[in-house]
Amino acid sequence: MTQLTIIMIYLAMLLGLGLFSSRLFRGTSEDYLLASHSIGPFMLLMSLFGTTMTAFALVGSTGEAYKEGVGVYGMLASSSGIIHSLCFFLIGVKVWTLGRKYGYMTQIQFFRDRLESDKIGLLLFPVLVGLVIPYLLIGVLASGTVINGVTRGTFSQEMFAASQGGVPASWASFVVCAVVLVYVFFGGMRGTAWANTFQTLVFMVLGLVTFCVLATKLGGQDGFMANLRAASEAVGEDKLTRHHITKLQFFTYMLIPFSVGMFPHLFQHWLTAKSANAFKLPVVAHPIFIMIVWVPCVLVGIWATTDLASIPDKVPANAVLAFLVKTKVGPVLAGFLTAGILAAIMSSLDSQFLCLGTMFTNDIVLHYWGRERFSEKQIIVLARLFIIAIVAVTYYFSLFEHRRVFQLGVWCFSGFSALFPIVLASLYWRGLTKAGAYAGILAAICSWAVLFYQSGFAQNPRFLLFGMMPVATMFLCSTAAMVLVSFATPKPSEATLAKFF
Amino acid sequence: MRNIIWLLVLLLVILHQDNWLWGDTRLVFGFIPISLFYHMCISLAAGVTWYLATVFAWPDNLEWSEAGSAEAGSAKADSAKAGSAKADQASAGTAGHHDGRTDS
Repeated sequence: MTQLTIIMIYLAMLLGLGLFSSRLFRGTSEDYLLASHSIGPFMLLMSLFGTTMTAFALVGSTGEAYKEGVGVYGMLASSSGIIHSLCFFLIGVKVWTLGRKYGYMTQIQFFRDRLESDKIGLLLFPVLVGLVIPYLLIGVLASGTVINGVTRGTFSQEMFAASQGGVPASWASFVVCAVVLVYVFFGGMRGTAWANTFQTLVFMVLGLVTFCVLATKLGGQDGFMANLRAASEAVGEDKLTRHHITKLQFFTYMLIPFSVGMFPHLFQHWLTAKSANAFKLPVVAHPIFIMIVWVPCVLVGIWATTDLASIPDKVPANAVLAFLVKTKVGPVLAGFLTAGILAAIMSSLDSQFLCLGTMFTNDIVLHYWGRERFSEKQIIVLARLFIIAIVAVTYYFSLFEHRRVFQLGVWCFSGFSALFPIVLASLYWRGLTKAGAYAGILAAICSWAVLFYQSGFAQNPRFLLFGMMPVATMFLCSTAAMVLVSFATPKPSEATLAKFF
Repeated sequence: MRNIIWLLVLLLVILHQDNWLWGDTRLVFGFIPISLFYHMCISLAAGVTWYLATVFAWPDNLEWSEAGSAEAGSAKADSAKAGSAKADQASAGTAGHHDGRTDS
């Protein structure tokens, strides 16, 4: 019951924060969707970091290190430190400049202008939404699983027999969706940025506290350093090396973080910045923040493989952290850590919900029905209605069993990465043509679909092509198609080139 | 200086591959596996490299946008969106903001 009480207090605090931020709402759609470009360096850093760190950052990193050893840090974390900042630097700053100059709110508005093509929106819209929804599902499902895991035994078995006396996962997912919906609904982008800042601080601090407590419990020695040494010395050699990963797989995994360059929710966050200089802090601090969150989780993951942790075989990798917290530390810290995990999950969910609402409103309704038909108030109502619809649809999908949802996540990221060459070229290559962009997008979609089929629809988590991650083939296909077709087709008009270069 | 920054980024990518510590099981400070420690250093080096990038390679054509585009930008956006809607209704990109859109 202690854990459940702490979780409920945490969710109530978030609701309060969202409702408070709504008091600062200025009544315009630009304020609701982009916080009137008022976000400074610190909040931008926390928003971007909180948005890119999903449930995977705390739960998945521990689970993956438990399965694969320390190599997951290089594969997923240090690579992201380099590539994410590269994307903020190369794409984010440029997008912010163009967004301020021409009033963009979504990626599709930018692409329609840059590529002189109205219909590019009809091609990109379903692709982007289709890739974001499984990403959303990961968060919704993970929140239900985590709350159910830590509350098992809280209630009598008669009440919740199927969930072993814990809060049923579907109920927990519903509550998390409702909380996110409320603070996004009332607070818009400003509420989201505030909540992200708060939640990022929560999961970073609680992650470190949990690490220290677990190290002490597992090591069983006198003194913190002695505990760290005792825990690491017990780890088997296979978890200290990268023998589970091939060198080519490791290298090509580095393409996956390029997905950040095409995430529509990050595009929207970039546009909230107060100035271009606000990007400097996120660009510099992002790799350090990733290290602060990931290193403790990876160490706990490899310690969990030792006899000191005594993890039963039946415990799945993604439940290792929850198992350790539940069995090795008290209910108060377990409750706080659960709040930290939920913070990581919700700080991504909120941006994604808001971004899909923004896209439906701007790229479909206002674009095809005409902006002049709607007042500012009506636009905000529309965005809110879409956000409610998206939350409802996501929750409905989450009620079905998705055993391979984490694998699906990697496929989503791969899809976004395959589109990265298009956004890079549209910002830096005058020679990119409309036909070239269409060819690149279609090549990305087709190669993604073929490889997804070959992987047994993500059923094979170790699927590689020629020893490489599938994303490498997709990236190559989209780049080649984009470049070749651009060379063979008419260049953009002088007016467009003058506008963007 | 900008070229040096981009060379540093390239160097980071190469160093990240870290073939040389693939099977090394040593522990640094007695508890950090050397492969993990190496990649922690890569993360710190990334922070330093990106700091240098913000100092020496920061785009220098942003000042105009920050200083003068806000009002002009929103005005353009309003006209652009209105123009866009008209252009869409006409099923062709011929006017306003979307001049040059040639889908139809």
